[in-house]
Amino acid sequence: MTLNTRVILICSGKGGVGKTTLTANLGISLARKGSPTAVLDADFGLRNLDLLLGLENRIVYTAQEVLEESCRLDQALVKHKQEPNLSLLPAGNPRMLDWLKPEDMVKIVDMLSQQFEYVLIDCPAGVEDGFRNAVAASKEAIIVTNPEVSAVRDADRVIGLLNTHGVKPVQLVLNRVRPKMMESQEMLSIEDVTDILALPLLGLVLEDEQVIVSTNRGEPLTLIGSQSPAARCYSNIAGRLQGEEIPLIDPAKEGSGLREKFRRLMQTKIF
Amino acid sequence: MTLRDILNKLLGRQPASAAKARERLQLVLAHDRTDLSPDLLDQMREEILKVVAKYVEIDLEGGAVSLETEDRMTALVANLPIKRTLSGEIKIKEQSTQETITSVAEEASE
Ligand SMILES: Nc1ncnc2c1ncn2[C@@H]1O[C@H](COP(=O)(O)OP(=O)(O)O)[C@@H](O)[C@H]1O
Ligand SMILES: [Mg+2]
Repeated sequence: MTLNTRVILICSGKGGVGKTTLTANLGISLARKGSPTAVLDADFGLRNLDLLLGLENRIVYTAQEVLEESCRLDQALVKHKQEPNLSLLPAGNPRMLDWLKPEDMVKIVDMLSQQFEYVLIDCPAGVEDGFRNAVAASKEAIIVTNPEVSAVRDADRVIGLLNTHGVKPVQLVLNRVRPKMMESQEMLSIEDVTDILALPLLGLVLEDEQVIVSTNRGEPLTLIGSQSPAARCYSNIAGRLQGEEIPLIDPAKEGSGLREKFRRLMQTKIF
Repeated sequence: MTLRDILNKLLGRQPASAAKARERLQLVLAHDRTDLSPDLLDQMREEILKVVAKYVEIDLEGGAVSLETEDRMTALVANLPIKRTLSGEIKIKEQSTQETITSVAEEASE
């Protein structure tokens, strides 16, 4: 069986901008919409996709054993219990970084492409070997960034590298959007970022405390059908990836309700 | 946001920081993207003019070589007005200038 598999690299340059959280939520979302999806943890140095998906205790084998041919691919894949359309291929030992080659990543992704419609690759931060290995195996990419100067600068660098490697299309997800700060122009606006990076916007994700709560539990927001702001954003992004036409959330209309105003008032530091 | 921030804003003491961020980013990215120092660019400009001058007579005063960035594409743009002959043809240098050509080439390879 050959599927027209979409192999999507989720990368950012800078660390801590939300790649792994996006990979987990997007994986669950796509799986829930009926697409067999694999998420591949390519962040061998600092793996935690397993943790965000709540699968850390179910790992037996990893990408490492698959490459060493000491186990079959399906032995290493961890199928999500509540969302069986989603499987995780865990990252191996950090020492894999010493010998892993771009060809190895290509090999793994080719194997995954035999049985999944979507392969999402959680990319390590930086632009060194780990990034290059992951790029070699990717067809398209999602750049995750935050509306902050350092994150945007690093994203720009990564976009340049993706262009030279012929990865296409490259789309943008703007994470940790704070409507209030954008409104008062204390945060780069959505147009600022899309203009500067000259990328099509796949979606934005609002800053949301529930992201942290769901991380604590190992249950991505999209898994539990949450209606929290970030959850809606993640499932919109999944829909757009699948070609649905879903309008962008307007940050100006977010959190202007009375309850939200009260919450903000309570958050106001006086001293 | 603290109370003081609010006061500052009401009093218009500090302009909103997003504009500053945008401005700083645009500058730093123009530099990141080209990765060419002004010195190197000058040197390249000189060499390009020399090479072109081997084949056609150009108006050195009116010439300009610059880097332009738009939509992530950085282009080397050379605007070199070519002097024309009276008949309207582009004036091609004669082959007797062999000497100059070699000396130019030498200079350029230094
Ligand atoms: N939209 C969001 N709202 C609030 N916190 C977020 C959001 N996205 C990510 N975070 C938090 O930011 C941190 C870094 O996220 P992570 O996905 O691990 O980034 P990366 O994989 O890029 O290093 C985590 O603590 C995560 O909970
Ligand atoms: Mg990560």
